[in-house]
Amino acid sequence: MSLEAHIPALPVIVPLLAAPIAAYLRPRHLAWAAATLASIASFAIAVLLALATRDGSIHRYAMGGWPAPFGIELAIDSLGALVLLIITGASTLAIIAGRETIERDIEPHRQPLFYAAWLMVVAGLAGIAITGDAFNVFVFMEISSLATYVVIAAGSDRQALTAVFKYLIMGTIGATFYLIGVGFVYMMTGTLNFADMQARLADIPYVAPVHLAAAFIIVGLALKAAVFPLHAWLPNAYAHAPHAVTAFIAACSTKVTILVLLRFDFVVFMGNIAEHATQFALFVMPLALLGILFGSGVAIFETNVKRLLGYSSIAQLGYILLGASFVDRAGLLASVLHIFNHALAKGALFLAIVALGHHLTRFEIRDLHGIGRRMPWTLGAFSIAALSLVGVPGTAGFISKWYLIVAAFGQGSLGLVLVGVIVASSLMAVVYLWRILEPAWFAAADPVAAGAADDKRVGEAPVGVLAVVLLAAALNVWFGLVPAFPLELAGHAADELLRHVP
Amino acid sequence: MIVVFSLFLLSLLVVTAIAIVRSENLFSAVMLSGIFSLLMALNFFILDAADVALTEAAVGAGVSTVLLLGALALTPTEERRRKRERKVAATLVTVTMIFLAISYASFDQPRIGDPDAPVHRHVAPWYLEQTPELIDIPNVVTAVLGSFRGYDTLGEVYVVLTAGIGVLFLLSAGRPGLLPHRREPRIESSLKSHLIPHVVGRVLIPFIVLFGLYVQFHGEYGPGGGFQAGAIIAAGIILFALLEGEGAALKVLPPRVLVGLAIGGALLYLLVGVACMLLGGNFLDYSVLAADPVTGQQIGIILIELGVGLAVTGTLLSIFHAFAAREQ
Repeated sequence: MSLEAHIPALPVIVPLLAAPIAAYLRPRHLAWAAATLASIASFAIAVLLALATRDGSIHRYAMGGWPAPFGIELAIDSLGALVLLIITGASTLAIIAGRETIERDIEPHRQPLFYAAWLMVVAGLAGIAITGDAFNVFVFMEISSLATYVVIAAGSDRQALTAVFKYLIMGTIGATFYLIGVGFVYMMTGTLNFADMQARLADIPYVAPVHLAAAFIIVGLALKAAVFPLHAWLPNAYAHAPHAVTAFIAACSTKVTILVLLRFDFVVFMGNIAEHATQFALFVMPLALLGILFGSGVAIFETNVKRLLGYSSIAQLGYILLGASFVDRAGLLASVLHIFNHALAKGALFLAIVALGHHLTRFEIRDLHGIGRRMPWTLGAFSIAALSLVGVPGTAGFISKWYLIVAAFGQGSLGLVLVGVIVASSLMAVVYLWRILEPAWFAAADPVAAGAADDKRVGEAPVGVLAVVLLAAALNVWFGLVPAFPLELAGHAADELLRHVP
Repeated sequence: MIVVFSLFLLSLLVVTAIAIVRSENLFSAVMLSGIFSLLMALNFFILDAADVALTEAAVGAGVSTVLLLGALALTPTEERRRKRERKVAATLVTVTMIFLAISYASFDQPRIGDPDAPVHRHVAPWYLEQTPELIDIPNVVTAVLGSFRGYDTLGEVYVVLTAGIGVLFLLSAGRPGLLPHRREPRIESSLKSHLIPHVVGRVLIPFIVLFGLYVQFHGEYGPGGGFQAGAIIAAGIILFALLEGEGAALKVLPPRVLVGLAIGGALLYLLVGVACMLLGGNFLDYSVLAADPVTGQQIGIILIELGVGLAVTGTLLSIFHAFAAREQ
């Protein structure tokens, strides 16, 4: 077989190969280099796969050479390829931008282990995105979760440990619920393959275990995806993780779980449980709306910048779920597109935080006072990403919000309310971001703020870091002006998800 | 008869679980969790899942109890008292709801052992029929874990490795070196001075390790395989460390070697898969490893099981030493 035929398996194999090697590499710079190379290679493969799925095709790979329901099959569709692109892209940018801050914050002898864990996160998340097997999702969820706990716990203040313990408990409960649900589906179908489950569930005379499976799976995944009101672990985990880790996981980790949720509900359950579309909408839509309002509302009163952006993520997840809850093409398209665009905006914001982290030790809003005069480029990138998060025309965020609003108008009389919530939340986003940006650009440095850089010699972050941050901001503008590529993938993803919906 | 026995075991399981939750003495909670695992292993055995039972007994009742005790040596034994009334109510409501939901579903679920149940009519018969032909080993469980779903097993090995890396990373905070030698022995002191455990333990260790090797290499024929063997061998070496002192154990297997075992085991598994790709098959398609596909499958399974065993032994021992080396 040529190398080309193996491409679907490589996004997992490359980081899995590099992770143990990185853990054993000395000196530590080699570990960073290995992790970065593996990350770049995975990104290149993801780009190839995304280009290959542009025509809506699904790329399959039989692990071990065994045919589908008997062996484990990878099935990469446009949705998987899009999420894979986000995972590997976020990892690559964050690991390049984060080298100096990680070097500073983590003891040298621990860095190889840190980079190994980082690659495990990449491998785990990528494995979830590309697999076509429900139990395989669980296995890679375990890898990514355990490794995520480790990289978050690397945060320099001890509160990171408390935050990560909470995340660990919540994440474990979520994964257990998912496993129980998969167990029930297996009991009723005798298979673990998504497509096969879909086909075999149609002939099942008894529905109670399937209903219960759907309930366990949706609640378990909602817990892992930090869907309101199961979001409690997220803000502190984001706030206390090392900056580079926050930039990485904020861009992708909850979205991977959303991908599994969409796959399971749309592919397996929609066609096989009577009225599941209504059940799904009735369950998800209120939570999405509450999440949007709650996340934005709390963010307005939050004073820690990283935690504030965490609450904003809860609201943004609400947008993604809101689109999905319409159960139509326009809604799903907006939802998948927002997965991509929110990753761009939030990733760029946290990458800017990495750059600011070269000079700031704390991230209360007042620590940022006047930082715009010393680090204008970084704060400029932060501002562009903030505009994208709000959804200002010309940025990526605008495109998905526009599609979401159009889809919401398709919901009949409910549409006006939905649009009202979206617009209100966007205005709230203006408020919470303005609270950061206004003093950061215009105020004088706060002499009392403990985390503020104390003298005027402080300048921009190193050129390499700055380049990554500016690139991320530029991508927000680029995909705001030329959205064809993500739009195409999102369109195919929506079609693929709706294929099994009656 | 078996029903009565199952009911008895399951009731004991519930009682033990409640006792663990209610216990405020962490030492007794750890002991109870060991008992919990043992009961669980018996349940698995009644369900004819001998491979799982063996794993649960070795890992749940054996090694994880020792690891928890190692962690307990670093903390006080009594749980700190907190206000818990509100949480008790919320917990009861949640548990009752989940219990009712599962009971509701259980009315429609197939009876245990029903030959017409979906699980027995789709992929399982295929595994039973095809294994003698395609892989030609008697233990179908090993065939499924090692080959048909070998990619999942690779994932599980990486889960174990990630856990090991995580523990080493967290416990190495604030000091140089991965696993420094401790100046003063702590855990072993209690066992070393007792004559009877010392004598009996020394006699047992070679048999434990030998049994581990048997489980490792007999996995194709009977219950067992790399996971179980790794846990059993690790348990034997941990017993050695408890009896002879941690320093003596580290002299035989230094930290770098242990980490190397864990990493090497995982890499061995992965590289077998890559070798299959280079030889023209799919990832983890062992058929291409030899001229005859069936022999290729057997070679592949033996190699990856070896990788699993090494990774599990190395990781468990690294975790044990990481806890034991931690200053109080």
